[in-house]
Amino acid sequence: MTNLSSRRHHHGSRMPPATLIGESLRRLHPRSLARNPVMAVVAIGTLVCLLYTLLSFIDGDGQTAFTLIVSLILLATLLFANAAEAVAEARGKAHAGSLRATRGELRARRLIAGVEEDIDAGQLRRGDRVRVAAGELIPADGEIVEGAGSINESAVTGESAPVLREAGTDNSGVSAGTKLLSDDIVVEVSVDPGESLLDQMIALVEGASRQKTPSELALSVLLATLTLIFVIVVVSLVPMAHFTGASTSIVMLVALLVCLIPTTIGGLLPAIGIAGMERAMRANLVARSGKAVEIAGSIDTLLLDKTGTITLGDRRATEFAPCPGIDRTRLRDIAALCSLADPTPEGRSIVALARELGAHPQAPEQAEVVAFSAATRVSGLDFSDGRQWRKGAPNAIAAMVQQQGGRLPPDFDGLVERISRDGATPLAVAEGSVLLGVIALSDVIKQGIAERFAQLREVGVRTVMVTGDNPITAAAIAAEAGVDDYIAEATPERKLELIRSEQAGGRLVAMMGDGTNDAPALAQADLGLAMNSGTQAAREAANMVDLDSDPGKLLNAVEIGKQLLITRGALTTFSLANDIAKYFAILPAIFAAGIPALAALDVLDLHSPRSAVLSAVIFNALVIPALIPFALRGVRFRAVSASAMLRRNLLLYGLGGVLLPFPAIKAIDLVVGLFF
Amino acid sequence: MTIILLIYVLLAVLAVPLGLYMGRALDSRHTSRFDRFFAPLESGLMRLAGIDAQASMSWSSYALALIKLNLLLILLAWLVFMAQGVLPLNPDRIAGMNWSTALHTAVSFVTNTDQQHYSGQAQLSYLSQTLAIVTLQFLSPATGLAVLLAIARTLLRRGDGTTAGNSSGQHGVGNYYVDLVRIVIRVLLPLSLVVALLLVWQGVPASWQGAQSVTMLDGGTTQIIPRGPVAPMVAIKQLGTNGGGWYGPNSSVPLENPDLLSNVIETLAIMLIPVASLVAVGVISGRRRLMIGIGAVMVALSLISTTLVMVSERGPNSALQGVAIAGSHNMEGKELRFGSDLSALWGSWTTQTSNGSVNAMHDSFNPLGGMTLLMDMFVNVAFGGVGVGLIGYLLYLMLAAFMGSLMIGRAPELFGKPLETREIRWISLAILAQPLLILGLSAITVSFPSLTGNSNPGFHGLSQVLYEYTSAFANNGSGFEGLADASTWWNLTCVVALLIGRFLPMLVPLAVAGWLAGKRTAPAGRGSLALDSGPFLALSVGTIVIVNLLGFMPALVLGPIAEQLTAG
Repeated sequence: MTNLSSRRHHHGSRMPPATLIGESLRRLHPRSLARNPVMAVVAIGTLVCLLYTLLSFIDGDGQTAFTLIVSLILLATLLFANAAEAVAEARGKAHAGSLRATRGELRARRLIAGVEEDIDAGQLRRGDRVRVAAGELIPADGEIVEGAGSINESAVTGESAPVLREAGTDNSGVSAGTKLLSDDIVVEVSVDPGESLLDQMIALVEGASRQKTPSELALSVLLATLTLIFVIVVVSLVPMAHFTGASTSIVMLVALLVCLIPTTIGGLLPAIGIAGMERAMRANLVARSGKAVEIAGSIDTLLLDKTGTITLGDRRATEFAPCPGIDRTRLRDIAALCSLADPTPEGRSIVALARELGAHPQAPEQAEVVAFSAATRVSGLDFSDGRQWRKGAPNAIAAMVQQQGGRLPPDFDGLVERISRDGATPLAVAEGSVLLGVIALSDVIKQGIAERFAQLREVGVRTVMVTGDNPITAAAIAAEAGVDDYIAEATPERKLELIRSEQAGGRLVAMMGDGTNDAPALAQADLGLAMNSGTQAAREAANMVDLDSDPGKLLNAVEIGKQLLITRGALTTFSLANDIAKYFAILPAIFAAGIPALAALDVLDLHSPRSAVLSAVIFNALVIPALIPFALRGVRFRAVSASAMLRRNLLLYGLGGVLLPFPAIKAIDLVVGLFF
Repeated sequence: MTIILLIYVLLAVLAVPLGLYMGRALDSRHTSRFDRFFAPLESGLMRLAGIDAQASMSWSSYALALIKLNLLLILLAWLVFMAQGVLPLNPDRIAGMNWSTALHTAVSFVTNTDQQHYSGQAQLSYLSQTLAIVTLQFLSPATGLAVLLAIARTLLRRGDGTTAGNSSGQHGVGNYYVDLVRIVIRVLLPLSLVVALLLVWQGVPASWQGAQSVTMLDGGTTQIIPRGPVAPMVAIKQLGTNGGGWYGPNSSVPLENPDLLSNVIETLAIMLIPVASLVAVGVISGRRRLMIGIGAVMVALSLISTTLVMVSERGPNSALQGVAIAGSHNMEGKELRFGSDLSALWGSWTTQTSNGSVNAMHDSFNPLGGMTLLMDMFVNVAFGGVGVGLIGYLLYLMLAAFMGSLMIGRAPELFGKPLETREIRWISLAILAQPLLILGLSAITVSFPSLTGNSNPGFHGLSQVLYEYTSAFANNGSGFEGLADASTWWNLTCVVALLIGRFLPMLVPLAVAGWLAGKRTAPAGRGSLALDSGPFLALSVGTIVIVNLLGFMPALVLGPIAEQLTAG
């Protein structure tokens, strides 16, 4: 697989400053402010301060400069929050936009009653059939219904090696904008205009139309509540102060309010959500909704296909094990000859191993190739003289041998079992009624996969390997790869059953699939990840699609989901913890005139009341741009236990959030104090 | 100092066995050996009331039954207080109460607050004191404990987390009436009997005769000494975190609290059931480690508050700074027979638990001592009121679980059950209600000084108003006094604070427990939030501190802090 993070050429693209400012200003529109109650309160506060600036200017009371500066800082707070969202959105759109650009103006040859009609691809509707010839671009997302062809998907995945897509298989899905390299195919369009994967990707990162994820929604409720509490706190302060005889300044109270409400997280929350989607997209994962990305973080059980995830896609022959009395070279040669016509990687690896061991196989002339079929589970050669060479599943070969009057060697079962126990797949070879021996096909476990499972175990995720292998082979591979559990001889029904039973135990389950018969399980799983190469049914049942069709992607999805949630939690904690220091800066300043004794609370020894208030609001505003890179990048994910992670994040963002503002506000005050 | 620690130790020694007993005797899902003794009486009562004791209620029917009974009790008590002048058991010929004070009194006692805008011995007949007041002093703590039991059986319950669904498809949380009767008969009545007898032994009156006229030592003057069945009432007043005493000055009066021993007994009785409830919930839910963790947090909060008040009251009276008579300890408003430490201990315990009985004038505490009492009531979960203390803690726990889940990268969950927007919306409302009512009502009240009838202007006057509404919302009942609080304004605004402060923080966790019961439960593992782990307990403390500090710091700065800093 290619390196995900370095592939995207537009990664890290920068917005021109003028565009950024324009975008930030445009989002001051009341309609977009209304989406975010925290920032709406800041906006109202800004207007109040501007009004007081005007009044003060008319009165000429000497407060104008101070009031104006407070207003401008509050305005800057708003703009910083808008800029955060704009930057995140621009990055997300840049990705989707570059995909759209490569797609260009697509044309389609729509088939109506066998007649071709040349139309704009934008007019295609779900169910339409289009013909695509070699060298043409696929006009819409869909499924091959006729023919097969090799396709360059680099426009979508960034991977330029061509892939085979074929009608009627589990690899029949094609995406708009990819290029057909060979052959002639007919594609059935699966989406209406505006519903393609690309459109979905764009919707996830577009601030105005973006749907909030469930935990983002709950967090927004909490932030709105906190904002309301601080409005009550500050508004009730007016009559209370009046009662005690202390005068208050409305501008200072607005400054206090803006400092107390959670502007940091309120301003960065949309950016965090968009950046989370963008991170998923950069990993070539397209979520049908933001919810899917979030759920990925809470997954308890991962159902992983053995092939492609745990082992390299192909098994390789590693041993020729003859039955007693059979010459090893005879087994080697016949196995190699039987495999010459076998185009599968397994077949090629048998030939390769035989060559390595000294064989020089030449295709026999008077022989007819018997292709592998799922019904017989054997393949081989039929010679004109009636000889039959076969290789295939041990029990199928054994049955064939017995049927032809042959006898099984006494330790054949032991041989098969020994190979299975080593984690290899046994393939028996027979010549007519004589059983020659067994070929061992071994799985090659991916490098580093065991460490990755250990990390997942550390964060509490259970891994279950799913394989069609027999139980003995499966157990050996499971042990070597370090998964927590496995299901052998898996069928789609057994997968579905397992998902249901895990869910009944309260666990959230993720799985990946590509075939039509995976569709029910993909729909049942809490996170169903379909390969983009998969069938239309699989892609529709899933709530996330992997453009790379890489079975290992589930692990990325879990990390991206966790990162998104941790970033939200960390910044909320930080934002609230900051309030303590702000109280110590502002409260003595507000009542400095009315209750001079409160100066004892001014632990920072700030220069003057005005300087104290300005320093606090400046700090409050600057925190937002300072944390934008953090919000976009996300908290670094670490594979540690929940308790260790909580301890670390509490110390960093909780305690850090309490302490950091004290020196920061003091430092700002040293500068501001020169003027106020 | 030593005696304070001794009382803390004695409390633990008494509360743990009581909690173990409560856990077994109150767990309606299993039969226990105590059933043989109590069951006949209970089932007789149930039959008499026509209640099907077997039916398990959904959370909403449980809440509805609770609200209906409480409304009925308010109505009955209200009528009794207004009509007491013409009703029997009134040897001192006390007249009926005015409607608003009567309503406030009825609500105040039904909500386990016992805030008194009247003076008991002078304004209530024996019928009102016993039939109305004492009945409510039994039923209101029983209601709080009943809701806690319902939550312990569902939300807190370890294991599959599901309980049998009832006919409406909702998950059963138990039967309100069964819980109520069991709590009264198995816990409150026997304990009250013991404490009442101990108090009678120490000289607290227990009599149905009217006030006694006594000729004083100088031979010339006579004094009317009011009496009545005082000891039994004081017992349940202390045990049930009620706080409303027979006499106006509460347990500072020698007749209600004669000596050191009675003071220790009454002090212990304040904390006994709140602490034992934690043990009982540990037994019923099977979450012993969590309850030990929560208990540790509560003990820490309690010790910090008690220490602060003690230190504050060991200093000279701040109002008398520079005056020769100031003395070393602040003894103004305190009983000489108790001294400053035992007054400080009572004061902090009574505010930590929402009890509200007093053995000294809280108004006369030094500003920082008084502020600590206020903060105790904001927090209100350092063991807290009977039942409701732990329920209130759960509200903070839910918020902490929300934040904690996010910080470990999981969608918010509590005990493995998803916390979604509906739950967060209601939890937020319960959290919002406190500053809204306390600060909002205080702000309105100080805006119209004619309403307040303050005895003090300025910072202390603000503290008094703040204390009154805080006490109402926290269902505490103690007062800074100094307010003409029997006015219609005070009575009605306090009624609002009392009702919302009682039922919202109590029923929201019950509703959440009911909603979560129907959801999936993720098994606990390395990747899930361990609510009994050190980091999470720290997060819970942080949540409690942040929510209360951020909400009330400005008001405290204008009240007690300004008063302290400007003194002298």
